Amino acid sequence: MEGLINFGILFLTMAGIYGILSLGLNVQWGFTGMLNVGIAAFFAVGAYSSAIVTSVGDLPHWGGIGAPMIIGFAAAMIVSGIMAFFVGLITLNLRSDYLAIASIGIAEIIRLVLKNEEWMTGGVNGFTGISGKFNNIFDGGHALLYMIMVMVVLGIAYFLCERAYKSPWGRVQRAIRENEIAARAMGKNSLSFRLQSFVLGSAIMGLGGAVYTHFTGFISPEAFDPLLATFLIWVMLIAGGSGNNKGAILGAFIIWGVWSGTEFITSSILPADMATQGAYLRVLFIGILLQAILLTRPQGLLPENAPQPDKD
Amino acid sequence: MSDVLLTIENVTGGYGEADILFDLNMKVHDGEVVVIVGPNGAGKSTAMKSVFGLLKIRGGTITYDGHDITHDTSDAIVRRGICYVPQTNNVFPTLTVHENLEMGAFVRKDDISDSLDRIYEFFPPLKEKRKLPAGTLSGGQRQMVAMGKALMLDPKLLLLDEPTAGLSPKYMDQIFSIVKQINELGIGILMVEQNAKQALGLADRGYVLASGKNRYEDTGANLLANREVAEMFLGG
Amino acid sequence: MEILQLVLYGTILGSILALGAVGVSLTFGILRFANFSHGDLMTIGAYVVFVVFTVMKLPLWLAIIVSLAVTAALTAIIDKLIYRNFRNSDPVILLISSFGMALILRSLIQLIWGPSTQVYEKGIQLAIKFGGGLRIKPDQIIILVGTVLLIIALHLFLRKTKMGKAMRAVADNAELARLTGINTEKVILCTWLMGGALAAAAGIFLGLDTRVFPEMGWNILLPVFAAAILGGIGNPYGAIAGGLVIGISQELSTQFIDPSYKPAVAFAIMVVILIVRPTGIFAGRSS
Ligand SMILES: Nc1ncnc2c1ncn2[C@@H]1O[C@H](COP(=O)(O)OP(=O)(O)OP(=O)(O)O)[C@@H](O)[C@H]1O
Ligand SMILES: [Mg+2]
Repeated sequence: MEGLINFGILFLTMAGIYGILSLGLNVQWGFTGMLNVGIAAFFAVGAYSSAIVTSVGDLPHWGGIGAPMIIGFAAAMIVSGIMAFFVGLITLNLRSDYLAIASIGIAEIIRLVLKNEEWMTGGVNGFTGISGKFNNIFDGGHALLYMIMVMVVLGIAYFLCERAYKSPWGRVQRAIRENEIAARAMGKNSLSFRLQSFVLGSAIMGLGGAVYTHFTGFISPEAFDPLLATFLIWVMLIAGGSGNNKGAILGAFIIWGVWSGTEFITSSILPADMATQGAYLRVLFIGILLQAILLTRPQGLLPENAPQPDKD
Repeated sequence: MSDVLLTIENVTGGYGEADILFDLNMKVHDGEVVVIVGPNGAGKSTAMKSVFGLLKIRGGTITYDGHDITHDTSDAIVRRGICYVPQTNNVFPTLTVHENLEMGAFVRKDDISDSLDRIYEFFPPLKEKRKLPAGTLSGGQRQMVAMGKALMLDPKLLLLDEPTAGLSPKYMDQIFSIVKQINELGIGILMVEQNAKQALGLADRGYVLASGKNRYEDTGANLLANREVAEMFLGG
Repeated sequence: MEILQLVLYGTILGSILALGAVGVSLTFGILRFANFSHGDLMTIGAYVVFVVFTVMKLPLWLAIIVSLAVTAALTAIIDKLIYRNFRNSDPVILLISSFGMALILRSLIQLIWGPSTQVYEKGIQLAIKFGGGLRIKPDQIIILVGTVLLIIALHLFLRKTKMGKAMRAVADNAELARLTGINTEKVILCTWLMGGALAAAAGIFLGLDTRVFPEMGWNILLPVFAAAILGGIGNPYGAIAGGLVIGISQELSTQFIDPSYKPAVAFAIMVVILIVRPTGIFAGRSS
């Protein structure tokens, strides 16, 4: 029973974190149609930023400032947002393919930095000393508290995204999405709108990273590989329904369920020495699932329903 | 006039949700020159595209040579012997002039060298420039490439969308005389033109379109003589 | 002299990148999307040679031919099963789908061949020394010669055959091509076959030059894209030049920075291009 509750808390916390990431992607892709294939970069930068400002102790890498967690969250959003600003400035006026390529480039570079710059990030050994009130969550009631906090953060993010979507600002974003060419011809103004959306989405991803950091209490470059930190989030948003904030969250919960559920299945069916094969099978399954969704229900479980312009 | 080649009958349709053409009717007979005139945005180009399967047609039929082609694909229509020269972007810019002409004959499986010779005879300036990318040519010469490309299939019907748009008067006259020569080979021509005076002078018959609907239909000479038409479209 | 040696290594890496970038550019030109599974197709190509050459012990040239054919066929099958359904969708859907395809291919590779690193031939190849102390390994000669042959073959195909010209026509203006009666489905099939074969060649050469492992293609995707953008994406000739520039820059950069940052060099060059001339420096097409 205790195990089941622990599992439930763990599940909801992770799904909630992915829900935040998925909301961030929804702002970029769902609202504005911008193709960010480097979510991992913003996720990781948020995670490390928060780790750096909140960690305590004499560390072999950056950090040790010991700021409260809320400052960590803010730092994560700001640093990810700034990075997004520059990436966006370079690519958002170009065809969407260029943004996709540039974003994957950013993710690659960030991964290299995380791995190689030990003095800053701890390198492959990971970042230690991450602290905060909710550390050691598995020691007792803290896990539940943290889960509740994740849900609150997710709720706030949802509320803000929903407001943004329904506002005139959101309407402009949709107009840009519907007609990329015309929007590009609009020039500066459209670039500024796209940048705002890109920065907002990336800041939310950074926030997701920070929330993740304080959950696990330890981060290393491995956690931000393109599969877990980019691809899975795309599948979540597309499954749930691009353009629909509820869909983004629903998709995160369902796909995280599928992802952890398949782990349960492969580990109980396959012998222990085939655990790695089990992991590959799960990736294969998620890849095929994405194709199936794109082919049969590209609008997702909860399709977008844009408010009528004359109603609000 | 001889047999009817192309019939557009009560065609209604558009690109997306909205209709652009409303109950449109047109005919081209074997070997005829038919000219469409009308104000900007009247749907002239759209009418041409409807023949070529580029439109969602919601009503009416298009027949060619006795076959219903309303819902045929573009390449099936090409195979039937209709060629279409669009208003803009009507050559492959990075392909050489020669390659453009070869592409015009893509659906042919036989030897095309005779046709190539004929086109070069028809458009002497192209022969000199055959090895240059078509995108580097002047507007008039590009128009020749586009027309030559269309003629590679020995079509029975040629659709020309504003072949003289943006050309200098010298080239304009040249293009009109080429159109006449093409017609003299027995090829039916359906042509959209802004230079209504010259075009109607050449035409056997003409149609005036406005807002996607037929407005007038008569012989070229009669349309030229029609005062209302003259006021509306021929600059008084 | 060290510099010249690095330029030579850069040319070898550049050849590999060029082959990859040409494939990306061809598919982009015809289908208007950046194929994110191209790197993993390279990996497939590399592993097929591993099976035919290293495991089955057949001659290398035969293994290469088999690999090009198998990878090309696989690419065409993927199109038939998946990509073809998105012909009328926004090309970005294709891009997302290809991203998923990349993971599908990689997990298949890992399931079949496992996660470990392989080499085609055990033992160290002796480098051939020539003029001024320059060194080159026999495998690297194969890479250079193979690349030149493939690029000549591609050039002849694009310039001399009806299908090659039709491919260029579709890349120029797909709608006009359709109106001209060009069978665009056939052109697309042909593009995938060539793209797959070129990806395989790039992967094989990468495997010859270094090692074979499941992430090899994905890891090199960024420099490959950078090369394609540098050359003006959609322009296969530019992609060759782009590949060489990126390859040589990456090798030369090891003089100044940590070699693990080689991909960052490609990225930096790409960013500069995107800022100053997004259509590419080698007279690329406008998008
Ligand atoms: N590809 C398209 N998609 C949607 N609407 C289109 C498209 N092309 C044209 N239209 C619309 O269809 C209407 C008719 O356009 P069309 O090009 O047929 O006019 P036209 O008579 O040829 O004008 P022009 O003299 O300027 O060539 C216009 O309102 C135009 O905005
Ligand atoms: Mg027109």
